[in-house]
Amino acid sequence: MHLVKLALAKLLWLGIVLLGITLLSFWIIHLAPGSPTDMQTTLSPTAGAEARERLEKIYGLDQPIHIQYLNWVQRVVKLDFGTSLSGDHRPVWDKIKERIPLTLSLNIISLVLILGISIPIGIFSALYQGGLFDRSMTIFVFIGFAMPSFWLALLLMMALGIYWPVFPISGVTSLDFEYLSFWGKALDLARHLTLPVFVFTITGLAGMSRFMRTSMLEVLRQDYILTARAKGLPTRVVVFKHGLRNALMPVITILGLSVPTLIGGSVIVESIFSLPGLGQLFYHSVLARDYPLIMGNLVLVSVLTLAGNLLADLGYALADPRIRLGAGRQ
Amino acid sequence: MVYRFLLSIFSSRYILLSLGLFIVGTMSLVAIFAPFIAPYHPTQINVEAVLHPPSSTYLLGTDNLGRDVFSRLVYGARISLWVGFVAVGISLAIGILLGLIAGYFGRLVDEVIMRFVDVMLCFPSFFLILAVIAFLEPSLTNIMIVIGLTSWMGVARLVRAETLTLREREFVHAARLGGAGTWRLLLIHILPNAMPPVLVSATLGVAAAILTESALSFLGLGVQPPTPSWGNILMEGKDVMGVAYWLSIFPGLSILITVLGYNLLGESVRDLLDPRLKRN
Repeated sequence: MHLVKLALAKLLWLGIVLLGITLLSFWIIHLAPGSPTDMQTTLSPTAGAEARERLEKIYGLDQPIHIQYLNWVQRVVKLDFGTSLSGDHRPVWDKIKERIPLTLSLNIISLVLILGISIPIGIFSALYQGGLFDRSMTIFVFIGFAMPSFWLALLLMMALGIYWPVFPISGVTSLDFEYLSFWGKALDLARHLTLPVFVFTITGLAGMSRFMRTSMLEVLRQDYILTARAKGLPTRVVVFKHGLRNALMPVITILGLSVPTLIGGSVIVESIFSLPGLGQLFYHSVLARDYPLIMGNLVLVSVLTLAGNLLADLGYALADPRIRLGAGRQ
Repeated sequence: MVYRFLLSIFSSRYILLSLGLFIVGTMSLVAIFAPFIAPYHPTQINVEAVLHPPSSTYLLGTDNLGRDVFSRLVYGARISLWVGFVAVGISLAIGILLGLIAGYFGRLVDEVIMRFVDVMLCFPSFFLILAVIAFLEPSLTNIMIVIGLTSWMGVARLVRAETLTLREREFVHAARLGGAGTWRLLLIHILPNAMPPVLVSATLGVAAAILTESALSFLGLGVQPPTPSWGNILMEGKDVMGVAYWLSIFPGLSILITVLGYNLLGESVRDLLDPRLKRN
């Protein structure tokens, strides 16, 4: 019963936020001075009377504004974002669809690495608070926070791509990819993705390890930890069973919140390393002022973010028995 | 010995605070007195010294048009700090106003404002900024406004939370009984008491805005050449990174140090304000 109520409240929230996302995106289309088609004809090199007509049709610009919005939403729900203004005239959704796997896998691999590295760092920093390890990690975190990801990418390209050419610095596959064996292909992919994944991971690591440290410190101060220690339980059990489980809870939430940052970072990383993912597609569409493509991307990434938040909420509810079992009833 | 020494260096968070203050202070002075510090004009072209490596004439080398990199970095500090301050100013104005209103009036108003915050947080801010820039023009003014408009959510949440607790405090009740109007109550009695954490987040916000501006300029969608910005110098450096390392190293280092300074300042003040973190 409790869970059902929770789910309903969440669904209502979801509906409101989705509505907000579409309203805001729609508003951005109308942000430009004049109508979007004016912008199109005056500013875009590829635009002409034909593109103008197409845009007029997509956005129904002769209609009153609320009808325009309703029409737009109706088509967005069917994943119909119109066709790209670029030379190939392909439907926006097709162009986006083929880019999703790369960006999603890059983000997921990085996320797994970030968690796998930052959780132990956070635990040990908290356990030996003020020790040499904790202090060096603090310095690392400050530098990690201040490091522009594109600069880190440039430095790595310079060091490991040009001076000591260990890794390829652009694209996902080599020219002879077709002729490689299965393992050869896997190795080739891995070599191409090492630097991008490294940049993603380093930039996310600082925040997550800091967060894990704070969360662990908070938990270790609690009375139940003192009780566990007083019972004479070994430190290992106290730290990993009583401490870690509770300290991991807020990490689930922060994981959901870090999705937009990660996806936003893919614009930079993918365009520097020439990876054909969503980020690069978006960057190119912004440079070319390909409005249908920009809008399609914007709606898609915000919905992905929303999905990330929901998954985090769900994970939290499942992991926390107080929410799962509705212990708040008394 | 070494271990003890390292511990003692970082033993006080006042050291981190002073380091932050020092970096922020130095950078501000550099930005203010740029014309007196830069040996050359930032856009002065010298065809005879193209991609000149660092030397005594050109301290940090020259770029592909023979412009002095050091002078461009010094003027770039102006751009970065200016963008940081204006963008944070905008985000503070919006965040404080909405946070006060949501926290004080509560109920439906609070609900509407907070759901709006949720919506804004669902857009990866870098995508949102780029989308808006695509519809407007990439210019200094536009990017300051857009960064400001997309970064106020944290401030709004913070001010709302502070307002929620402050509005029940005795001195606020007293002021209300004394006949203070709503806005007087909000601006004179509540806001000043909510300010310390807001200022901390503003300091961190300057760092974030500087990073965003440099990333936009690096992608060619921020400050446009020939106006020097650390990001667009890096963009020009990317094409020649095999032959002119100085164009890729020094602008990035400037960004790193400046952002580090603001973060150190913000974080250490936050720690000093937080009574729970006090040890011994």
